[in-house]
Amino acid sequence: MNILVCVKRVPDSSENEIRLNRAGNDIDTDDLVYAVNEWDNYAVEEAIQIVDKVGGSVTVVSVGTEENEEILRREMAMGAESGVLLSDPLFEDADGRKLAAILSAYIDKNKFDLVLCGAQADEGGAQVGGMLAAMQDKPFASLVNMIEVLDEKKLKIGREIEGGSQEISEIELPCVLSIQTGINEPRYVSIRGIRKVASVEIPTLGASDIGFTDTPLRLQKLEYFQPELGAGAEMLEGSDEEMADKLVALLQAKGGIK
Amino acid sequence: MAAIFVYITHKNGTADDSAFELAAAAKALDAAAAPCAIVLGGTADVGQVAGQVAPYFSEVITIANDALQYPNAEVYRKALATILPAKSLLLLTHNSFSMDLAPGLSVKLDAAFASDVVGFEGIEGDTLKLVRQEHGGAVSSRSACGLANGAIISVRAGAFKPAEAGSQGAVVDKSTEVSDFSSKRSFVEVIAAEVGDIDITKSEILVAVGRGIEEEDNLAMVHELAAAMGADVACSRPVVDAKWLEKSRQVGTSGQTVSPKVYLALGISGSFQHMGGIKGSPFIVAVNKNKTAPIFQSADIGVVADILDFIPVLTEKINAGK
Ligand SMILES: Cc1cc2nc3c(=O)[nH]c(=O)nc-3n(C[C@H](O)[C@H](O)[C@H](O)COP(=O)(O)OP(=O)(O)OC[C@H]3O[C@@H](n4cnc5c(N)ncnc54)[C@H](O)[C@@H]3O)c2cc1C
Ligand SMILES: Nc1ncnc2c1ncn2[C@@H]1O[C@H](COP(=O)(O)O)[C@@H](O)[C@H]1O
Repeated sequence: MNILVCVKRVPDSSENEIRLNRAGNDIDTDDLVYAVNEWDNYAVEEAIQIVDKVGGSVTVVSVGTEENEEILRREMAMGAESGVLLSDPLFEDADGRKLAAILSAYIDKNKFDLVLCGAQADEGGAQVGGMLAAMQDKPFASLVNMIEVLDEKKLKIGREIEGGSQEISEIELPCVLSIQTGINEPRYVSIRGIRKVASVEIPTLGASDIGFTDTPLRLQKLEYFQPELGAGAEMLEGSDEEMADKLVALLQAKGGIK
Repeated sequence: MAAIFVYITHKNGTADDSAFELAAAAKALDAAAAPCAIVLGGTADVGQVAGQVAPYFSEVITIANDALQYPNAEVYRKALATILPAKSLLLLTHNSFSMDLAPGLSVKLDAAFASDVVGFEGIEGDTLKLVRQEHGGAVSSRSACGLANGAIISVRAGAFKPAEAGSQGAVVDKSTEVSDFSSKRSFVEVIAAEVGDIDITKSEILVAVGRGIEEEDNLAMVHELAAAMGADVACSRPVVDAKWLEKSRQVGTSGQTVSPKVYLALGISGSFQHMGGIKGSPFIVAVNKNKTAPIFQSADIGVVADILDFIPVLTEKINAGK
């Protein structure tokens, strides 16, 4: 099975506090550490496991700048056979719809049996996979947390629905699936593993290489701002010891200590 | 202004509470709107659900067919693409079904798409200003959504207060307009979530741990704190994904809905999917090393500390006081 996995480069939320810049209208990107989108890592692991079972190849693709090579290499160190970077000034500031159109143009020029995306990325869009499927006129399922290959034409899949229940379906290939975290345990990538793929060439394709023609944006980001969701918590002050003392008293008052 | 439609989520013949929130969202979008509800489903359910939502909408369109008994987004998408007039605005609740249905529907209708919207800030000409949250709620963004070709917008549950009932809308059956129920994806069954060793939905005191605990071995100190408090241990999703705790201990939209008296969140950022599982306004205490963590917006008490240092101190103080 030839599988394409779409991967996005995002600020690593476990390494960074996402903050606004001085002007308070955009994200402060000065010291951000970037990583592959958490969901995409699960998608790559799943693709590798499928290929281990039934044969085929895994390609990872990312839309962005040459800085995205780093995450492509990381996923190749996990076991993806090849990586492709889609990069062009025309691709900058794309909305979800345009990203899907770029990926769709690339897929038109290559044959894949299965395309995997992450269920969502840092901006919470949860959209590229479903849009891509519609553009490709292929069946789609989101929040997939189980994949079983039934035969060359069909998969059995599980989708996570509310409350943690699982919806089981059968879906025809070729199809597009968006993957939910927890579907597997993504393998660890060692520095050595990354070194091994350090010199593998990653082709860069631009708009004309994939036959992409620009489309107007439907959703345009104007600015960022700090959310004010509620009154906010009363913050305890002092050393850990002092805060713990205050907290014990509060917990006792509220019935938090039996 | 194009017509506004609202997709009604329902289960076992009962409309989801989100239906009434969406009625309010439609008014927030355009005060002059006469929003129309759409109810799709099996023949046994649709009439009943339409009756429940009719007082909140100017009209309710129904499509009943037993092929729609289970909400298979692949089938529903085709049905909606058939009945929605060009350039319509469609509102849905942001949930596992909208994630399945809506992005593809926007492509099929060539309409704009915005997901998980928390606020509307007015329409100027063909442009709607809307508010979303990004990076797990750490920042908000304001976007301009083009309406010229219509738009599909999914709205976060709880972002709008439910509308009040008004005059009864007419129910219009359009079942005969939809005839293609074919799909390359077929529904097999729903497997209910596993039941674990403990039912956290019944717990009065919960100590919930998140990714901030960093390593599985560190969970021991969380169990010790819970034991000192007489609490049960719950967690956020990454802890379950890492297989450090059972799925039955996960709080959130894809886990359990809990309503304890006291909720102590340790190293949890406060994403809406996590907070969506906490009901009944408990006393929430959040401990996080990042003072701008979104959870401090909804907690009652905040402690900025490294949980790996703070948990043992707190445990010791509680035990010393006994
Ligand atoms: C469809 C869908 C359903 C979902 N359902 C759920 C659900 O049911 N439940 C759920 O929880 N999530 C759910 N999620 C995931 C959710 O979006 C978040 O990714 C998740 O809640 C984040 O968990 P967290 O807060 O533990 O981790 P993070 O967001 O990574 O936050 C960790 C926090 O710990 C802090 N921290 C780190 N180290 C320390 C330390 N040493 N001391 C103190 N603080 C520290 C950090 O500052 C950060 O705020 C769902 C997602 C999707 C797409
Ligand atoms: N720039 C990108 N390059 C490649 N894939 C992407 C990109 N942006 C989003 N995706 C894919 O779409 C998924 C969902 O992202 P989103 O719709 O932005 O929430 C991600 O998990 C990726 O699989």
